[in-house]
Amino acid sequence: MTAHRRLVAPLLAVSLLLLGGCAIKPIQPWVKPYERERLADPIMKFTRNGLAEKHSEHVRDVREGARGATGVQGGGCGCN
Amino acid sequence: MAATRGCLLVGGLLAASGAGAVDLPEDRADALLHVYNGGGVRAVGPALLVRKRIADRFSLTGTYYLDAVSNASIDVVTTASKYSETRHEFGLSGDYVYRDSQITLGATTSREPDYTATAGTVNLTQEVFGGMTTVSLGFTRGVDDVGKKDSPEFSDKAKHWQYRLGVSQILTPRWIMSANFEAIADSGYLGSPYRVARVFGAAVPERHPRTRSARAAKLRLIGDLGSRDAVHAGYRYFRDTWEIKAHTAEVGYSRYFGDPFLADTFLRYYTQKGALFYSDNAQSETLYVSRNRQLSTFSSVGLGAKLAWTARKVPDKYEVKLNGAYELVRFNYKDFTDIRNGKKYAFNASVVQLSVSATF
Repeated sequence: MTAHRRLVAPLLAVSLLLLGGCAIKPIQPWVKPYERERLADPIMKFTRNGLAEKHSEHVRDVREGARGATGVQGGGCGCN
Repeated sequence: MAATRGCLLVGGLLAASGAGAVDLPEDRADALLHVYNGGGVRAVGPALLVRKRIADRFSLTGTYYLDAVSNASIDVVTTASKYSETRHEFGLSGDYVYRDSQITLGATTSREPDYTATAGTVNLTQEVFGGMTTVSLGFTRGVDDVGKKDSPEFSDKAKHWQYRLGVSQILTPRWIMSANFEAIADSGYLGSPYRVARVFGAAVPERHPRTRSARAAKLRLIGDLGSRDAVHAGYRYFRDTWEIKAHTAEVGYSRYFGDPFLADTFLRYYTQKGALFYSDNAQSETLYVSRNRQLSTFSSVGLGAKLAWTARKVPDKYEVKLNGAYELVRFNYKDFTDIRNGKKYAFNASVVQLSVSATF
């Protein structure tokens, strides 16, 4: 019975979400192109100097157990 | 009906993407001098990058990267003798843009006297939702040939698969966030033929599993503070089938000084729980055993600064920048003993990067 309740609750939530979708309009972009002047400044870039970022990632990759998901393309070798 | 509305939601995201087109990455040339110095290891070298548009929608990028390594790390000086070697890495990639999409195909090869790594990469980015959202997909396949100096009988391979998914989202006119996810699979020889482990105090060759599967997820946020300055923060979670779990947190602040100077400061904290088969000095015989510090339980703190100087700028023609960066990193190992003095091992490292970059 408890397991049944566990299934019903998320199904009910998904159904309400889908029904709610009937009442809303498609989402429109809320930041217009003319409002993106500040975002175009180099200060707002995640990666400004790709070559230096790649070096930093390489230095970390060969010393740390973790890697990946950095958004930077790195080389793969066990050196340095 | 609900399904139709659902389609409209998704359709709204995609339909809004038809307004513009992505630009090719700008033509540029970069020359970098990098120096790493810490824990008895010194790695120095230049790196070069040149990107040139060769057709309306296509550009080529070539890279070269050199590491001249002088290694007298604690592993080396306690089990062998200091050595020097050089690594050369060459890369070539092409970017193609069509409407709101960019496709990148690339290949790299890295060569050392006893290790060769070759990899091929494909990346696809797509702007959707009126340019507010950028979705990226990527795949890298790599093959390494592992050798051992003065041991021609030793030869093995390692293979790597990397799958990437990323989303960059404009939140407000001042804030952007990104989420990146990566799944990595490795198989083959995943250790070092030189490194030794300790079992009952005796040195034995390390034994690593021949497969490893990992997941990493990273969230980043960057915001304009309104006074020609910005703040950024990031967090990454990593775990793999060797039972390594790692957390990385970063915060930073950037600010213009006048028109030509852009300065950054950042703080990075990294901590990981070691691999299941890592042991400082194993007290039982196990199938796998390693004393690789990279797989141990440790933490590091990095504090750094960067300065970019726009030395020359002719709008719509070219721009030349000089860049300098310095990072000081402190490593603290929780279960790696310096057998020279019996204390837990710790060291400081410095990373210096000096570069000149021109966009045209």
